[in-house]
Amino acid sequence: MTLQEKWKSERERKAYLALADGSVFYGYSVGAPADALGEVVFNTGLSGFEEMVTDPALAGKLVLCVASEVGNAGMNVTDMESEKIQVAGLMLSELNKDSNWRSEKSFQEALVQDNVPAIAGIDTRALTLHLRENGAQRGFICTSGSVAVEEGIERAKAWKGLEGTDFVEKVSCQEPYEAEDSLVYGYGKPETLPPADLHMVVYDFGVKRELLRKLRLMGFRVTVVPAKTSAEDVLAMKPDGVFFAGGPGDPNTVNYGIETAKKLLGKVPVMGFGLGHLILGIACGAKAERLKFGHHGGNQPVKDLELDRTMITSECTSFSINEKSIDPKVLKVTHRNLNDGSVEGLKHLQAPMVSIQFFPDAASAPYEDESFFSRCRKLILSK
Amino acid sequence: MPKRQDIQKILLIGSGPIIIGQACEFDYSGVQACKSLKSEGYEVVLVNSNPATIMTDPDFADRTYIEPLTVQALTEIIRRERPDALLPTLGGQTALNLAMDLHREGVLARYNVEVIGVRPEVINKAEDRKLFKEAMLQIGLEMPRSVSVHSVEEAWEAQRALDCWPVVIRPGFTLGGTGGGIAHNPDEFEVICRRGLYYSPTSELLIEESIEGWKEIEMEVMRDKKDNCIIICSIENLDPMGIHTGDSITIAPAMTLTDREYQQVRNASIAIMREIGVETGGSNVQFAINPNNGRLVVIEMNPRVSRSSALASKATGFPIAKFTAKLAVGYTLDELMNDMTKTTSACFEPTIDYIVTKIPRFAFEKFNGADTTLGTQMKSVGETMSIGRTFKQSFQKAMRSLEVGRAGFGADGKDAAFERLSDDDLTAAIKKPTAMRIFYVRAAFRRGWSIEKIFDICKIDPWFLEQLQEIALFEDEIRSAKTLDGLTLDKALFFQAKELGFSDRQIAWILGAAEDAVRAAREKIGLLASYGRVDTCAGEYESKVPYFYSLYRPSDTVLANPTEAELADGAGVKTGKKKIMILGGGPNRIGQGIEFDYCCVHASFALRKAGFETVMVNSNPETVSTDYDTSDKLYFEPLTLEDVLHVYRHEQCDGAIVQFGGQTPLNLARSLEANGVNIIGTKPAMIDAAEDRKIFGDIVNKLGILQPPSGMAQTEDEAVEVATRIGYPVLVRPSFVLGGRAMMIVYDEAGLRKYMQDEVAEVSPDRPILVDHFLADATEVDVDCISDGETTELCGIMEHIELAGIHSGDSACAIPPPTLSKEIQAGIRTRAIALAKELNVIGLMNVQFAVKGDDIYVLEVNPRASRTVPFVSKATGIPFAKLASLVMAGKKLKDLGYTELFVPKHFAVKEAVFPFARFPGVDVLLSPEMKSTGEVMGLDILNSMAYIKSQVGAGNRIPLRGNVFLSVRDLDQTSVVPYAKRLSAMGFEIYSTRGTSTILRDNGIQTHAVFRISEGRPNVLDLIEEKNLAWIVNTPSIGAAASADEAKIRSTCILRGIPITTTLDALRATVEGLEDMNGQFGVEVCSIQEYNRHSPKISV
Repeated sequence: MTLQEKWKSERERKAYLALADGSVFYGYSVGAPADALGEVVFNTGLSGFEEMVTDPALAGKLVLCVASEVGNAGMNVTDMESEKIQVAGLMLSELNKDSNWRSEKSFQEALVQDNVPAIAGIDTRALTLHLRENGAQRGFICTSGSVAVEEGIERAKAWKGLEGTDFVEKVSCQEPYEAEDSLVYGYGKPETLPPADLHMVVYDFGVKRELLRKLRLMGFRVTVVPAKTSAEDVLAMKPDGVFFAGGPGDPNTVNYGIETAKKLLGKVPVMGFGLGHLILGIACGAKAERLKFGHHGGNQPVKDLELDRTMITSECTSFSINEKSIDPKVLKVTHRNLNDGSVEGLKHLQAPMVSIQFFPDAASAPYEDESFFSRCRKLILSK
Repeated sequence: MPKRQDIQKILLIGSGPIIIGQACEFDYSGVQACKSLKSEGYEVVLVNSNPATIMTDPDFADRTYIEPLTVQALTEIIRRERPDALLPTLGGQTALNLAMDLHREGVLARYNVEVIGVRPEVINKAEDRKLFKEAMLQIGLEMPRSVSVHSVEEAWEAQRALDCWPVVIRPGFTLGGTGGGIAHNPDEFEVICRRGLYYSPTSELLIEESIEGWKEIEMEVMRDKKDNCIIICSIENLDPMGIHTGDSITIAPAMTLTDREYQQVRNASIAIMREIGVETGGSNVQFAINPNNGRLVVIEMNPRVSRSSALASKATGFPIAKFTAKLAVGYTLDELMNDMTKTTSACFEPTIDYIVTKIPRFAFEKFNGADTTLGTQMKSVGETMSIGRTFKQSFQKAMRSLEVGRAGFGADGKDAAFERLSDDDLTAAIKKPTAMRIFYVRAAFRRGWSIEKIFDICKIDPWFLEQLQEIALFEDEIRSAKTLDGLTLDKALFFQAKELGFSDRQIAWILGAAEDAVRAAREKIGLLASYGRVDTCAGEYESKVPYFYSLYRPSDTVLANPTEAELADGAGVKTGKKKIMILGGGPNRIGQGIEFDYCCVHASFALRKAGFETVMVNSNPETVSTDYDTSDKLYFEPLTLEDVLHVYRHEQCDGAIVQFGGQTPLNLARSLEANGVNIIGTKPAMIDAAEDRKIFGDIVNKLGILQPPSGMAQTEDEAVEVATRIGYPVLVRPSFVLGGRAMMIVYDEAGLRKYMQDEVAEVSPDRPILVDHFLADATEVDVDCISDGETTELCGIMEHIELAGIHSGDSACAIPPPTLSKEIQAGIRTRAIALAKELNVIGLMNVQFAVKGDDIYVLEVNPRASRTVPFVSKATGIPFAKLASLVMAGKKLKDLGYTELFVPKHFAVKEAVFPFARFPGVDVLLSPEMKSTGEVMGLDILNSMAYIKSQVGAGNRIPLRGNVFLSVRDLDQTSVVPYAKRLSAMGFEIYSTRGTSTILRDNGIQTHAVFRISEGRPNVLDLIEEKNLAWIVNTPSIGAAASADEAKIRSTCILRGIPITTTLDALRATVEGLEDMNGQFGVEVCSIQEYNRHSPKISV
């Protein structure tokens, strides 16, 4: 496309995002010509868009990037968290051509390839504020040009939303597999890896590769199993620990996961984060409830209450464990979000179980990313 | 952990005069620190030699010492005040170095003063190249391969070991890389090594492999004693490695890294904080990344707040300096709340939904012969920052914020000089890093060169080039509308042009329309700027802090049931108070800097206190005026008609103040007024009248005031004719200049013709050349006065120490005037008051007089705040800028309590500070063209001691004894004799050139004769080389240009740090001071609160 053509298409502003409350945000299409329904959330990350859009935990979401310039580093397969773009759609300010030595294709090419719609040139600030004030919304993104706006709003209204849908089913693997080093490492494999002397079974509620990397680095041999694998089948593998991975959607819809967790608790050390943490919390009698607009982005401050230290974490969740629903004889709150005080980490007082809401695998300071996995390891070894 | 209870009194050190590499960012950080510490209940003792700072206002610290930043003065202050702790991380490298000196000399231990914020070992580890490198290797980080050396021989050995060109030479412990550089060949290597060794206080150099062309990334990090670490902001340099970051165009946040790379940099920054041991506060860490393979190397870290941290604070809204102070007294980040949201934690990482561009501002035009190539040694004198929704918008705004006459990134009719180069010349111009390179890049895009081709030449990342190309080529897209009417009909295209940052002026030029017409057309179709909020969190949490930037929002958004918070996000809210807009001064430059920001900030403080709502508009990230709580509302915007008018109308202001921000807002005054802006205070017409030779001449004649004979000329011959009529020497200059641009004294026709040929081409043709008779050997006097239309009174009379002919901004001056008689002072007062009345001044006015014998001549009148306002205010303890702002808003001096000139009992001397050391080879000669970057003040009961303090404060370390070199122009040969006698009596050994030595011998003074440089050896340069000279007195010859000898002497002195005195008046003041000190370098120190205890109490 020549610059003249690009400018012309940007002026047309035919793509739109319609919200169930009737709000409409216009822009121009920079992804695949397609339409999609999803929960509209904003993400405050300033880098890491390739990781974010390929994170299975964001399946079913229409994500607004607050960052001004997106796609600058392009896409490379080794940085992707899964095989494809998982978000339902993307809204942003500017999508750029790629300029990075590791880039394999531009962001736009990747979006088109995976048939994901994206709109640029929308008023990102207005949408952020609207979500902040009104909470996450059901939305309909249209870049195909074939759905009228009024119809788009109706479709958003009619969508049953995250609550009704089991997204885990859609992103989970179908067969168990071993996480080989070759699968886990592309760029940045350390010169020496510790021996993999412990066996961890990971429930795939939406596994991202960084989790597998971090577990491998901590000395775990990892087997990934489908979300619906029974507790018995997993115990038969004689794992040293079972990890409930993060994933998309409403934890309350993942009944099978909750049931499995109940069965595993006390029998084997259990760990989890993100959706896995919420499932474990529910399995321990707590309630997972919607946050007004969730935590999405890489700058969530979380305090480790035991160490009295704060870490900057990456999260994408619309739900959180309600602290009031926790039985203090069963669970202890170990982490708390510094901004809204919500529960970010739990420890079981009777069984070996730890879990956190934020992503321990999000790249962050050395201390921060090591801590949860070393706790997991210690929990297993102290059993 | 809460704040510490075991310390009560904290000593804070400022950064001294504004110099290249240390500008008002340290006033900004110091002010935040003072406010923060005081609000925590600590007693704050502040030391800074710079009177133009806000931090040295008596309200900001409990005790404020305006004293030289030397170990001696600090020791006295510590002895007197007995502080519990010293906080050295907010006053730049100056404060850090001084703290280290006090530590090394045992002063801190002797008086039991604890260094807080950073431990001396940490400073050492961060700044000592060798220790730092060891520390980096320790934590597995790479640095460019390098060797630390202490001599030229060792340097050569190191170069052979590295076996590559180019090689970078970095002197240890210097500011902004003074004395360093990149050597591309053996000749350059030798020169830079020698210079670097000289400048490094530890005679230490780092010889290192060049990483020119790599990506350069800066991280602003904060850490507390619980080991909580946060990144405030990442900054990427558009100019790749090889140019000092202070001289680079920089962008926040970093643009071209993958998350892996970013996290690597982030992890490394935090690991460095831990390893170096910065436990409380902000630091800056710089990295280079090889764009071809991602190899990451650490460049350096600064364990203190810096220019970059000021930028990061302004870019994100996160007040690094304020929190650095809080962490230093014991708080941890998780105990503090985010200042913007007030409801969320300060322990987080800001996120932004806009792009910030910083562009440095240079002043090469002031320094004939200076090397304009940019390198590892910082040369810029200021910077501008702008915020836009996208990179393109932000970049274009920054280009017009720079105030170099450009309306954006080209497309304004000023590109011919860049576009007309041959391909070869254009390639060379893109290759050579200069301030103008970016415009050559644009020219290359206009010529159709590809991104790849340009990248190969300049190594600017293709991502940035892509953006620049789009701006450069979009010009044609706008042109495709053919006419303004055409564009107006195509609203989508018009919107797109504004989105891409095109100003009305650019659009006007492209379509051949007038700027006013473009604005009118735009307003007609409702295409208006909106405002975005800077809030640290991109809107994730509600913020009420009113800190805004303009952007163009799509108008097609449909919001269902918007809440009040959504609607109020774009400012413009009415509060019922009267709104006054204050226009700042834009980027610092020579002639317009912190002094004007001081006035703007004072105006805001006073007006807010008096019940007005203030709206600040400025584009300088270093300043206190752009701190988010200085004014009720802050608009970080370019100071152009379009941008200012938008804010004025959006906020529905009741009035605007243009007389405080220097020339920048004054240049806008008439057009703002024409567009309905209510300019309060002296009317723009009157400001212009004072600049208009004819009108002003008539006024002066009417009042019966003397003026040096003068005339105007538009051609060379006309100028010669005028000069012959009024008599040489003459002072020539173009009309309407600030800081004396292109102003010169010429002594004969040949000189005048040369001036007209060399300088006048750059002067716009509609503004003529002014020719004044120059009053040689007159005493110059600066007067500030204030008027409310009824009461008019002087603020102070400042007597210059240098003779007339040196720009007032460059000359030392004293309050009260040490040599002027009562009658002369009374005469000056009468004349100034008459002028103020005649010009209907409401606010401030500055007048320059020359006194020759009993005659008082008026040289210049400026009915606006002048550079001397902070100095007069500090010297007298009366806040004149505050008074003036209230007067402009309608208050009366009578009611405010100022009706009579106050003459302090102590003396205050202001001295200028120069950047010559940055520009090797440039003649160090003071002239009517201003060259200083900053100022210091000396305060004492004795005039002579105040002068000596001002000299010491300015870095002119006058010796108590030793060898002094005297070489004076013919005219001064006799006058110098008594001073030589007194120096000799004090034990100085006198050296002088033949002419001077003959006269001295005739008068019975022992002297050693030396050859002039051109005569043979040993000459004065040899003496300097042998470091035998402690002081040089050299008054420049009258006549044509300074002789080459003199220029060489002065330049060498500056480079060698040898104090130099260039006028007899200055010599007199120094000799008196030396006599008063009686051989003892005892410095008496006293706080300004004590000095000014007799000042009239004015509550504003």
